Amino acid sequence: MAMSANADFKTRLQTWLPKLVLSPSLAMVLVFVYGFILFSVYLSFTDSRLLPSFGWVGWENYSKLWRLSHWEISLKNMGVFALLYIGICTVLGLSLAIFLDQKIRAEGLIRTIYLYPMALSFIVTGTAWKWFLDPGIGLENVMQSWGWVNFEFDWIKNRDFAIYTVVLAAVWQTSGFVMAMFLAGLRGIDNEILKAAQMDGASNWNLYRRIIIPQLRPAFLSAFVILSHLAIKTFDLVIALTGGGPGRATELPATFMYSYTFSRNQMGIGAASATIMLMTIAAIMIPYLYAELREKK
Amino acid sequence: MSVASQDTAIRTGRVTRTLIYLVLLLFALFYLLPLYVMVVNSVKPLSEITGGGMMNLPEVFTLEPWAKAWSSAQIGVEPTGLAPYFWNSIKMVVPAVAISTVLGALNGYVLTKWRFKYDTIVFGLILFACFIPFQIVLIPMAKMLGIMGIAGTTWGLVLVHVVYGIGFTTLYFRNYYAVFPTELIRAAQIDGAGFFQIFWRILLPSSGPIAVVSIIWQFTNIWNDFLFGASFAGADSQPMTVALNNLVQASHGVKEYNVHFAGAILAALPTLLVYIVAGRYFVRGLMAGSVKG
Repeated sequence: MAMSANADFKTRLQTWLPKLVLSPSLAMVLVFVYGFILFSVYLSFTDSRLLPSFGWVGWENYSKLWRLSHWEISLKNMGVFALLYIGICTVLGLSLAIFLDQKIRAEGLIRTIYLYPMALSFIVTGTAWKWFLDPGIGLENVMQSWGWVNFEFDWIKNRDFAIYTVVLAAVWQTSGFVMAMFLAGLRGIDNEILKAAQMDGASNWNLYRRIIIPQLRPAFLSAFVILSHLAIKTFDLVIALTGGGPGRATELPATFMYSYTFSRNQMGIGAASATIMLMTIAAIMIPYLYAELREKK
Repeated sequence: MSVASQDTAIRTGRVTRTLIYLVLLLFALFYLLPLYVMVVNSVKPLSEITGGGMMNLPEVFTLEPWAKAWSSAQIGVEPTGLAPYFWNSIKMVVPAVAISTVLGALNGYVLTKWRFKYDTIVFGLILFACFIPFQIVLIPMAKMLGIMGIAGTTWGLVLVHVVYGIGFTTLYFRNYYAVFPTELIRAAQIDGAGFFQIFWRILLPSSGPIAVVSIIWQFTNIWNDFLFGASFAGADSQPMTVALNNLVQASHGVKEYNVHFAGAILAALPTLLVYIVAGRYFVRGLMAGSVKG
């Protein structure tokens, strides 16, 4: 009797064990991700300032947010930054991958050099570029000391151009990674089709344009998703490189949210901006994840 | 007939090939430039930098900037150097990486070998968590850490990194275990092996490649994190990235660029070492995991 009850308990435990093992992770995700998202979205409809408070104010934070020039500048900067960052990383990553795919000597070494920036913290990247681009000690000063006395390069201190220095540093950090994604895609293409096309006398240009690049569709999609998600999250790089300045020339939504929430005591507006960031990323990620998960079934 | 070659076999002329090498070399220089700037300027006296010699090799070689960055530079209010923050980062990274990797392995195992109704939805929920902008959880997380009594501590940061890391670790292990033959699991079950026995004896011994991927990924992300460190760390749990930023941004006194560069290298060294030593295993492990079943 006791034996069979014991065995019964054991089988029951075995059927529940998998779910039991998964449950702490699921519980953490439900609370710390989805619960927190709901909490933040709720806060965006309240009069929270220094601390969370629960007086309902409806859409007031959102209408205030959209009237703030600070937010408008952040969005405009985001537009410029995302467009250039995604565009340049994709073109550069694809070109370098194609070049590197031509039976290049020392390919391993070159790949290592192209990829190492990805291992660095954005704070390190920001620090290195901040001083290299600084007109006082960096490139401008160096060129002048080398004899080009009229050489000027003050983008990082110039309101109209500072955002491009953020693009430069961000491209430097991630383009090698995009290159690796395209390289993996190129290596997955069936060589037989290429040989057949070459027999038919297709030029290299047409070979790439008509046959190879269209087959890289999945790599393009992954690159786009990863880059746009990185772009929206960009925060540390701006903090280290320009601190959002000069003026507000390099403020992005992530830095806007941080300063409104933690230094300006406008938590309701901060939460509203975070909600908009989340919605933007969700609009890109959810269709992608949905398609990926369905495919794998 | 090159059978083994995976390269895209296009015919290129000599001029084209020279041009390709030239472009590749040029970009190699572009990627190496900031590293060069950091290294050469971290071993020269400050006067050589401010005098317009940022690109030059040092005339006077000195390790003083390194010593200062490590043990005596002014960070915040104390002249402690980066050393204590380096250890803060280690104390945070090691448990966070270990816990999130173990949880990811177990989750991946359950989600592929003990499938249940709605398991794809559960995985989708866990996976989406990787991609949220963390701004959306900053405020409630600050409050929660306060409620749990671990605000401003290393353990608080460990918790944060585990929570927002398990999405990726679960993803890696799930993809890897998905191609692991399920028949082996069924056979072991028939022989009476239990849930943990199967994991321990059958899956774990062949999990090396993906464990490496998970560990490298988590180590790099957590070591390099700035947002959580800046938001949740207390004075004595601040990680390296936050300390480096404080060092560089400090507005008082003379800007010691050479010390900043030395500090930046110190902050980059652990992840750079991991990348150089284990980078190839990372790519290999990823490839093994990405083969679709």
